[in-house]
Amino acid sequence: MTEETLLSARGLSLHFGKVPALVNVDADLWPGEVLAVVGESGSGKTTLLNVLSGRIRADSGVTWYRDPQSRLHDVHAMPAPALRALHRSDWGFVHQNPRDNLRMSVSAGGNVGERLMAAGNRHYGNIREAAIDWLAQVEIDPARVDDMPRTFSGGMLQRLQIARTLVTHPRLVFMDEPTGGLDVSVQARLLDLIRSLVARLNIAVVLVTHDLAVARLLAHRIMVMQRGEVVETGLTDQVLDDPQHAYTQLLVSSVLQA
Amino acid sequence: MVPMLQVDSLEKQFTLHLRGGLSLPVLHGVNLTVHAGECVALSGPSGAGKSTLLRSLYANYRADAGRILIRHEGEMVDIASAPPRTVVQVRAKTLGYVSQFLRVVPRVPALDIVAEAAPDRSQEKAAALLHRLNIPTRLHALPPATFSGGEQQRVNLARGFIGGHPILLLDEPTASLDAANADIVIAMITEAKARGVAIVGIFHDAEVRNRVADRLLHVAPLQDAA
Repeated sequence: MTEETLLSARGLSLHFGKVPALVNVDADLWPGEVLAVVGESGSGKTTLLNVLSGRIRADSGVTWYRDPQSRLHDVHAMPAPALRALHRSDWGFVHQNPRDNLRMSVSAGGNVGERLMAAGNRHYGNIREAAIDWLAQVEIDPARVDDMPRTFSGGMLQRLQIARTLVTHPRLVFMDEPTGGLDVSVQARLLDLIRSLVARLNIAVVLVTHDLAVARLLAHRIMVMQRGEVVETGLTDQVLDDPQHAYTQLLVSSVLQA
Repeated sequence: MVPMLQVDSLEKQFTLHLRGGLSLPVLHGVNLTVHAGECVALSGPSGAGKSTLLRSLYANYRADAGRILIRHEGEMVDIASAPPRTVVQVRAKTLGYVSQFLRVVPRVPALDIVAEAAPDRSQEKAAALLHRLNIPTRLHALPPATFSGGEQQRVNLARGFIGGHPILLLDEPTASLDAANADIVIAMITEAKARGVAIVGIFHDAEVRNRVADRLLHVAPLQDAA
């Protein structure tokens, strides 16, 4: 319990014009923990993800990241090259649209290998071997290592993006609606894959989703956002089974039972 | 005797914000102590709050007042006030819960669902426990989504018992089972008690309750307050 947080944010606020996107948000993430951020469109959850990962700046507040040597870094005060290096190695970002992360003109194996090369690997044989291994781990036929991503289905592209992200063994991965826009059968496979990889590799995840079932399946803890504010936070099953805040009760009661 | 679980003056009410803030008090002044090797059955009419109490003991529901002390790694931890990460650790090592219905994860085979809950992830132990609960080998590799209610409940029981938790909460563990399978579950509960496991359960079947419970805790319905 004395273990220290991997990522901590205090008092994050951000306005887009007059619209509050984040209102005094605090967040903590411990190593190996999956934290879901839920809420409807426009609640500020993706903005929070972008601020925590240093992609955009808040008007006020601070975000600390603890590196493997236990040094603290103020994410928004880091020099740009250091932040980029972090995003290439220790961190990963899984976008809702895999095309935002993949290079569509580079082979599947190249997409996975590129991140290893960016992290400093130079041995071609090892890089290709790692790429093939990771394609298998995300259930893509290794025979397709030289195929272009444009020949892949939406579900395969998302799995390729996950392989590309995890190949450098990041300690912290940000995920923005990773199963959004996929067929339910494809979604189930992806969820199971994310669940088992995250548990096996002990990766900490900040997961943005509007789907409470996805949060229940993957997350240890949950934060509920409404109009830029965190209205409720706690254990995932506690928040979903015994919601305290009016907005959380509305969200939970609005889910259709299949 | 070692107290494994101690509840002091537990209060729980539900506030329904979507119903104009309607307040439903369910538990008031609940006290309970369960020692190692003891099984306490919650009794009372339907709707009295037995499941609410059981879920509160697991910290699935939040207590409004009172303490729920759990003996976790030699110390009494109040999971009614503990931070979420502590609750996760208490659940992983100390406090097991067998719900009435299995929440299935898409694609995950029955064997893996059980093995994942074992401290050593042992597939052999998972298979042995599934066999004991009459889940044949041919079903082990299948996700339980298509299983019958009784089969799903037995997968759920295997998942609950394989963890070797010193405290077990059982919500109607024999509800969907025939007499032969209920007998197996009763034997498993009896063996767990002999190992020193403290158990709190809801057992609607009077025969099952009489065979496993050492004591009853009566849960009485509270008057609804508007």
